[in-house]
Amino acid sequence: MSRDHDPTSHDGEHGHEDHAHDDPTSRQIALRAEALEALLVERGLVKREGIDAIVARYECEIGPLNGARVVARAWSDAAFKQRLLANARGAIAELNLPLGGESTPIVVVENSPGVHNVVVCTLCSCYPSALLGLPPTWYKSPPYRARVVREPRAVLREFGLELPATTEVRVWDSSSEIRYMVLPARPPGSEAASEEELVPLVSRDALIGVALPGAPRE
Amino acid sequence: MARAPRAVYKVRVADAHDLGGRAGFGRIAREAHEPVFHARWEGRVLGLVYSARGLGWINIDAFRHGVERMDPARYLDASYYERWLASLEHVLAEAGVLSPGYQAPPRPAARGVFERAAGAPRFVVGDAVRVRSRPSGRHSRLPGYASGKRGSIAHARGGYVFPDTNAHGEGEQPKHLYTVRFSARDLWGNDAESNASVCLDLFEPYLDAAASAAPEIPRDVA
Repeated sequence: MSRDHDPTSHDGEHGHEDHAHDDPTSRQIALRAEALEALLVERGLVKREGIDAIVARYECEIGPLNGARVVARAWSDAAFKQRLLANARGAIAELNLPLGGESTPIVVVENSPGVHNVVVCTLCSCYPSALLGLPPTWYKSPPYRARVVREPRAVLREFGLELPATTEVRVWDSSSEIRYMVLPARPPGSEAASEEELVPLVSRDALIGVALPGAPRE
Repeated sequence: MARAPRAVYKVRVADAHDLGGRAGFGRIAREAHEPVFHARWEGRVLGLVYSARGLGWINIDAFRHGVERMDPARYLDASYYERWLASLEHVLAEAGVLSPGYQAPPRPAARGVFERAAGAPRFVVGDAVRVRSRPSGRHSRLPGYASGKRGSIAHARGGYVFPDTNAHGEGEQPKHLYTVRFSARDLWGNDAESNASVCLDLFEPYLDAAASAAPEIPRDVA
């Protein structure tokens, strides 16, 4: 029996703690997923290798590094930044990043001393996957989706981010097919850093807007 | 009485998914070093959903509506990919994809392309608008917390596929899409945090023109 046909084979595959996924409900869900895939394969509607390729793309290829590269370029090249803010899709295409064929419209919103941006999807979990990969569980969780539109400062404080009262907190609720990504401010002390050195300062959370970029190493 | 075969579903949309602004949720649980998928089946479900959309069996709006029709308690309790699986099973069955002899569409629409021509826009940047009521029992991208609230057009985004019809097999019926900015005070009243705002993407049919001057409504500092 190949691993593809064994719904129990996920145990240990990722080497992480698979708590809450070994209970009977999760077993049942795994079996349902396998049954659906098997039926579609049998009918010739999908190929297992096609599903493998999608999984591999999101596990290995597409992640927040894409977004970090976009931000590092914007910090290093003022003309690029202007193009990015005016037409993100066009500007991002210049970088030849592995976007996985996603062509959803993207809008990049810039933080400034006067405005801090933070992204959510209250109706489902829309997320700029081409630039950030798949969303973390907290982003998809009811508490984040319910609270961040109503009490963004309290939520950001929970993430360890306290903003001055003079900074407007602007929440982008992704209710259409447009995907939003935050362009954080370049951190103080990074003036001498090259574009490549800036990339690791940009975390996924900074691109969602629940954190600020890191400080450069001494 | 015999139990319905799939008790996960209700006929009517219960709006459990319409979470924005709802009270009663506690701290946001975060997982350090979270893996992309917590179990193998999650990746398989993602692959199946992307395939189902990419191959033109179902559209994203019908898929989202499938998630929204889950039993509300089950919806809130389920993991993200469990919701995806529940919707996929249900919507593929509805679309006939699971029936023997199903023929996939010969030329699937390109995934992720939603922009369409939609004629002349009704609003321009700066216009004051008031949001209509959220329609009940149907798919909509109008979050309940914005219903009846006043905001202003911050960006005109052009024409897009209209989810409210596309989810129900009534065609794309493209409509103009706008980013509307609301002050926190206008959304939440005196409970609002200071100096905060929400930007929402709303389709033209969700909006009415509002009087441009509203001195009785306190404005935010920004």
